Amino acid sequence: MQPQNLLFAKTHEWVHVEPAGAEKIATIGISHFAVEALTDLVYIELPEVGRQLRAGESFGEVESVKAVSDLYSPLSGEIVEVNQQLANRLDQLHDDPYGAGWIIKLKVADESEMSKLMPHAQYEKQCAEEGH
Amino acid sequence: MVEFAGWSMPIQYSSIVDEHRATRSAVGLFDVSHMGRLRFKGPAGLAFLDRVLTRDIRDTKPGQVRYSLITNDEGGILDDVLVYAASGAPSVSYLLVVNAGNRDKIVAWLNAHRASDEFIDESADSAMIAVQGPRALEILKALLSFDPARLRYYGCTSLDWGGVPTLVSRTGYTGEDGCELILPASAAESKWEQLVAAAADCGGRAAGLGARDTLRLEAGMPLYGHELSEDVDPYQAGLQYAVGLKDRTFPGSDVLASKAERPGTERRAGWVLEGKRVPREGYAVYYRGEPVGRVTSGTFSPTLERPIAMGYVPAQLAAPGTQIEIDIRGHRAPGETVRLPFYRRSS
Repeated sequence: MQPQNLLFAKTHEWVHVEPAGAEKIATIGISHFAVEALTDLVYIELPEVGRQLRAGESFGEVESVKAVSDLYSPLSGEIVEVNQQLANRLDQLHDDPYGAGWIIKLKVADESEMSKLMPHAQYEKQCAEEGH
Repeated sequence: MVEFAGWSMPIQYSSIVDEHRATRSAVGLFDVSHMGRLRFKGPAGLAFLDRVLTRDIRDTKPGQVRYSLITNDEGGILDDVLVYAASGAPSVSYLLVVNAGNRDKIVAWLNAHRASDEFIDESADSAMIAVQGPRALEILKALLSFDPARLRYYGCTSLDWGGVPTLVSRTGYTGEDGCELILPASAAESKWEQLVAAAADCGGRAAGLGARDTLRLEAGMPLYGHELSEDVDPYQAGLQYAVGLKDRTFPGSDVLASKAERPGTERRAGWVLEGKRVPREGYAVYYRGEPVGRVTSGTFSPTLERPIAMGYVPAQLAAPGTQIEIDIRGHRAPGETVRLPFYRRSS
């Protein structure tokens, strides 16, 4: 996926929403900027399929040599899939954050929450400010 | 970049793990100019230091470096320091290297305890660079026109490095062989660049505060503000070798004399954990389900590829082989107490 086609949360998660029958499914990961800032990843704590998340709720954590960071769900919904292979392939978060490095898929509960997320250009502006 | 004791410093230049591995396999360069450097002159300077340091340094000869502590009246650790006996005209001077975060406190402490003896704070006018790793001596030999292998461990010498007066010591904080260089701040940038170029030629690189921390942790070395504080005495910290009580007194020496006979209950210990999660400062240590101590430093060891930590537990639980658990944000990670250091270089 191209980051230009994704929505971003202030907390550095990205979302891609696509229709699946009558439902909307959101794929969620963390941005290249976030992975670069963490560097030296050693561990990811992944959630269980079936868990209900509210927007802004922590669904796991990613740990680097330097620090541990919570992962926050940008949207509300039920977890329908978890990228289990990440546990042994943390390099995919770094090498392909918008593709093989996806973390969870959600059945979207409230599409209107998408309006609170940022397009890529705005997110990049936020990162540029944080980078200083 | 982060703010550290008033200095703007990089946690990492690239990656903590890459910088760590470069230091273990080739050479790492550390700008440690933030460390405080205080100069004391002549026999009066030595006599004054003898009145405030825990270590008996009265027999220190020019060319020697000593590790010591400074304690408060209760025997709590105010700082851990290095004392360099540097030869120079017209007489010997002694350079006290203190932790950046403690510099103001130590300067005030020394001023409160001195009679007429002056000392000079050279921190802002000088720079300090650590060159550490198995290739460190080789690149220094080529640059300095002096073979640092001639220095013994904890030896030092003053030399002229292409017109720049430089104090070279065979010291460090990584568990590797290597040197630390103290030179005028005005020459630091060009000398740093020379070192970076020489390091790059043999697979080395600049390393930040992050790698400095993982390296010293693997080497089992305590860090002030973590393992060491005013609430910890030298015996708890396992630093009794830096305390000399015979025929001398210093702040806290009477308290330490009684602690030498009846040590406190806690001891510094090291643990290697299972799994991948990183034990961090403040996490609780459990023994048979009961909380018994706390982590003061922890990381994921790039060399062992295991989580490691140091901290304090009751003395009877500090023995190597003791099985413990550390609470990592609600998850109990099992681990084993090991003899420090975690890493010892092969040569």
